[in-house]
Amino acid sequence: MIYREAGQFKINYQSDSAILPIVQDRMFMIGLMVVSFLVIPVLGSDYFLAGILTPFLILSLAALGLNILTGYAGQLSLGSAAFMAVGAFATYNFMIRIPGIPLLLALVLGGLMAALVGILFGLPSLRIKGFYLAVATLAAQFFIEWALTKFGWFTNYSSSGVISAPEMQVFGIVIDSAAKKYLFTLAIVALLTLAAKNMVRSSLGRSWMAVRDMDVAAEVIGIPILKTKLLAFAISSFYCGIAGALWAFVLLGTVDPQAFDLHRSFQVLFMIIVGGVGSILGSYLGAAFIVLLPIVLNLIGQLFHGAISTQFLSNMEMMLFGGLIIFFLIVEPLGLARLWQIAKEKLRMWPFPH
Amino acid sequence: MQFFIEVMVGGLLAGVMYSLVALGFVLIYKASGVFNFAQGALVLFAALTFVSIEKMGVPFWIALAITLGIMVLMGVAIERIVLRRLVNQPPISLFMATIGLSFFIEGLAQTVWGTEVHGLELGITDEPFDVMGVFISKFDLFAATLSGVLVAGLALFFQKTKLGRALRAVADDHQAALSVGIPLKHIWAIVWAVAGFVALVAGMLWGSRLGVQFALTLVVLKALPVLILGGFTSVPGAIVGGLIVGAGEKLAEVYLGPFIGGGIENWFPYMLALVFLLVRPEGLFGERHIERV
Repeated sequence: MIYREAGQFKINYQSDSAILPIVQDRMFMIGLMVVSFLVIPVLGSDYFLAGILTPFLILSLAALGLNILTGYAGQLSLGSAAFMAVGAFATYNFMIRIPGIPLLLALVLGGLMAALVGILFGLPSLRIKGFYLAVATLAAQFFIEWALTKFGWFTNYSSSGVISAPEMQVFGIVIDSAAKKYLFTLAIVALLTLAAKNMVRSSLGRSWMAVRDMDVAAEVIGIPILKTKLLAFAISSFYCGIAGALWAFVLLGTVDPQAFDLHRSFQVLFMIIVGGVGSILGSYLGAAFIVLLPIVLNLIGQLFHGAISTQFLSNMEMMLFGGLIIFFLIVEPLGLARLWQIAKEKLRMWPFPH
Repeated sequence: MQFFIEVMVGGLLAGVMYSLVALGFVLIYKASGVFNFAQGALVLFAALTFVSIEKMGVPFWIALAITLGIMVLMGVAIERIVLRRLVNQPPISLFMATIGLSFFIEGLAQTVWGTEVHGLELGITDEPFDVMGVFISKFDLFAATLSGVLVAGLALFFQKTKLGRALRAVADDHQAALSVGIPLKHIWAIVWAVAGFVALVAGMLWGSRLGVQFALTLVVLKALPVLILGGFTSVPGAIVGGLIVGAGEKLAEVYLGPFIGGGIENWFPYMLALVFLLVRPEGLFGERHIERV
C-alpha cells in the first residue's frame, strides 16, 4: 500500500539514472543514514559500537571487495584475507615511515598497495580458470602470510611480529573513543559503497558481468578481458586492503599477520554466499549474519550455563555454520539479498496480490 | 650428492602421502564434477572414528570394517541430504556447499569423538633402512606401496568397468547422464563412499604419522597444489603431482630455504603449481578443454 511506485514518473535523464528510483527507497536510505550517523553514535553503548557495529561495517567492506571480484567478475578467490593483510601492513608502514602523513592518505596508499599486489596475483587469472584459479589464489594467501611473518621490515622489526596502531587523527580530530571509531569507519564504508554501487551499474560493472557469464562471448563483443579482469582484481583488493587497515587500526589496535589467515578468507567468502553473490546489499546482509551468529550462539550458550562446555559449544557453532551454508545454497542460492528482493516484490502487491 | 638423493627420496615418499589425499579429490571431481573441499574433514572423521572404535577394545580389522561402514553411510547421507538437492547448480555452488560440509563434518567429528589427540599404531615402525647408502623410512615405503596399489586399482576401475564409465559420464554432464539412464543418485552415493574409503586410508597413514587430531584437516592444503599440478581429473596425475610437490618442497626447503628464510614449505608448492599452470592451465594430466579467448 505504502511501498508503490505508482505516480512517480521519470521525466529527465537524471531521475532515470538515479540509484534509488523510488521515493520510498530514498526516504528509507536517508532515514538509515540519519540514524546511523546521528542517532546510533549518541545512543549506542561502547560494546554495541565497538563490538558489533564496527566489525560488521569493516567485514561488510571486505565482503563488498570479494563480491566485486567473485560476484560480479566471476573470479573465485580464496585469498581475500591476504589482501586485507597487505592493506593493513602497508598502511602501517606508510604511517611510521613517512612522518606526518595524514591518516586518510596512508589508508588510500595502503589500499593502492593491496591493489598492486592484487593485480600481481590476478595475472594468472588470464590463463587459469575456475577451481584452478581458486587454488592459485591460495598461493597469495600463504605467500603473503609467510612474507609478513618472515621479513621484519614489514613489522618494523617488532620482536613479536605484532604491530600497534599509531595515534590516528583526521582533520585534527583524534580518533580514540568507540563512537569516533565507529563514525570514521561508517564514513569510509558508506563512501566506498557508493563508489561500488556506481561502478557495478556503469559500463565497467557490465563488462565484469559479461566476463563472468561467458568470457568468450565478452571478448567477441569487444570487451578487453585482460583489462577487465585485472581491474576487478585491483578494485577488489583495494576494498579488502582498506578493510584490513581498518580492522587492524580501528578495531583491534594491535595486529599480527595471523589475524588475516585462511580462516578469515573463508569467513569473507561465507558472507557473500549467505548474503548474496553479485549483490551490494548482500555483502552487508551476509556480514551482519556472520557477525551476529556467534554472538547469538554465545547468548544461547549462557542460557545453559555450566551444562554445556565451551568446547562443545564451539563445535556446535562449527556444525551450525556448515549446516547453514548448505541450507542457504539449497534453499536460496542467491542469498539473503534475494529474500529481501522477494519481500519488496510482495510489499508492492500488498494487500491486493492480484 | 648422496645428501641430495636422500632429501629427494624423502620428499618423493612424503609426496606420495599428499597424493593419497589428493586422490580423494580426484575421485569425486572425476565422478561428479564437484570440487570437494570436505575431503580433509573426511580424513579427520575417518581417522578419529577408527581410533575411537579401536580404543573401545575392538580388534583392528573389525574396527576397520565398522569405520568403513560408517564412511559408506556418510557418503550415502551426503548424497541424500546435500548433493541431490544441488543437481544442475553451477559448480561454484557445489564447491561452496562442500566448504560448508567440511565445517559440519569437522564439528561433528569433534562433538562425537572429542578433541584430544589420539595416537595411532599401525604396527609399522618408522625406522630408516639403508638402500645403497641412502636411508629410507620403512613407514614411508609402506605408505608409498599402499598408495601405488590404490591408484592402480582406481585407475583400472575408472577405465575398465561399466560403473567407472558411468561415473565419467556423470562427471561430464549431469543431465545428459540422467537422460541416458544412469542412476545419478546411486552413482553419487558410491563415489562418496569410495572417497570415504580413500579418506580412511589417508587418515590412518597420516594419523599414525601426526597423531589423530584436528591438524589432519590441514593436510588438504598440502593436497591442493598436488591436485592442480596433476590435473583435477587424472588419477595418475595425483600421484605424479604428489611426487613433484613432495620432492620440490623438500629440496626447496633445504637448498633455497637458507637464502630467503625458512618455513617456505607452506607456500612453495602453491607457487610451483602456479608457475606450472601458466604453461599448462589444465594441469599435467588434466583433460584439455579447447577454449580460446
